[in-house]
Amino acid sequence: MLHLAAEEPQSPLLPVWPEIVIGLICFSIVFFVFYKKLLPAINKALDERREAIEGGIEKAEAAQTEAQSVLEQYKAQLAEARHEAARLRQEAQEQGAVIIQEMKAEGQRQREEIIAAGHTQIEADRKAAASALRQDVGKLATDLAGKLVGESLQDHARQSGTVDRFLDELEAKAEAAR
Amino acid sequence: MQKELLVTADAQTLAFEVDCHLFQGSCGFPAPSAWSFIFDPIFTIGPVEFNKPMLLAIIGTFAILALFWAGFSKPKVIPGKLQMIAEALYDFVHRGIAKEIIGKKGEPFVPLLVSLFFFVWMLNLWAIIPIAQFPVSSLIAYPVGLALLVWAVYMTVTFRNNGFVGGIRNLCVPSGLPKPIYVILTPIEFVSNIFVRPFTLAVRLFANMFAGHILILVFTIATWYMLGTVLGTVYATASFAVTLALTVFEMFIQALQAYVFTVLTATYLSQALEEAH
Repeated sequence: MLHLAAEEPQSPLLPVWPEIVIGLICFSIVFFVFYKKLLPAINKALDERREAIEGGIEKAEAAQTEAQSVLEQYKAQLAEARHEAARLRQEAQEQGAVIIQEMKAEGQRQREEIIAAGHTQIEADRKAAASALRQDVGKLATDLAGKLVGESLQDHARQSGTVDRFLDELEAKAEAAR
Repeated sequence: MQKELLVTADAQTLAFEVDCHLFQGSCGFPAPSAWSFIFDPIFTIGPVEFNKPMLLAIIGTFAILALFWAGFSKPKVIPGKLQMIAEALYDFVHRGIAKEIIGKKGEPFVPLLVSLFFFVWMLNLWAIIPIAQFPVSSLIAYPVGLALLVWAVYMTVTFRNNGFVGGIRNLCVPSGLPKPIYVILTPIEFVSNIFVRPFTLAVRLFANMFAGHILILVFTIATWYMLGTVLGTVYATASFAVTLALTVFEMFIQALQAYVFTVLTATYLSQALEEAH
């Protein structure tokens, strides 16, 4: 296009109204698409992302806290178990000692009982044997004496207790001799 | 041809002396002018002449939406590559501008700030996109439209948040100063906040992009203009190198201006949301 020297261009400082209108229309289109559609969409996605990240961090923190508490719980349980074991061992030792003591005492008691019973038995047997012997000896002696004398002395001897008296004297002599 | 590609937007300017070279014939340097910013209409509807910058603005609109639609329409908790890029860009405005400058109360304005940043950046970015190669924001109408919009939001928020009297106080009476100063400061604040702010907001963006485009044009045209003899080719090569450097520099400026525009908007809104003391 040829511009004649006489033709003056419009001043660049004067705005032309159709250009203002076109500019504003174009801007409005950009604005409304951003305002109505694009920015809400991306803000939603950004919020979701932030939530996802924060959720992840929270989850991790929760897991860590839980792990920590579980660890402490385990440690406490372990310490308690150790303590319990030590206590049980101690108790067992004590109980063992007591049991041994008791058993010893019991053994002693039983032994003494058995010995005492033995003694009693022997004493009883001795007494029984002595009395049986005394009777037999008395009877034999009186029988022998009766045969020698020629009459039965049995009833007499029994009544007078001669035999017993004799034997008692013998015993007393034996006691004295001992 | 590469050079022609770089100056496509200015075919009109160059059209009348397109074969003009410094060392071949004696024609003047076809410097860029206000004509470099005027385009023939592609078609006309009533009083509206539909031209190339308008087309670029519309394509830009859909380019932004396409990128963010691809990234955000079906967002995933674990993002894909595209969503990650879109998220990083969104986060830059959301965290870096809205939260940083306005704070918690800035949340409702995030869509506005995000749209502003990417829309302005896109308009600026057209300056270095091959074939397009024209910063739409170097036409003052576009920054003016956006600045008016920002101004309207700024005023609405100021009065809605503070009431009428509180709003006037917010705009004209900065708190915590010795009383005599208000005699001078109140009118200055009034003019500054209500008239100067929207004006500078628009002009800052416009002027930066306008100047950037002119700079690139000067060196691009110079590259073509000096081409010809061996010496001319050496000059042209140097000029072309400068064009490339400027292009990189402009990339930076484009993002920076979009950032500044958005940050200033956020600053105004932050002031409007301030509690009265």
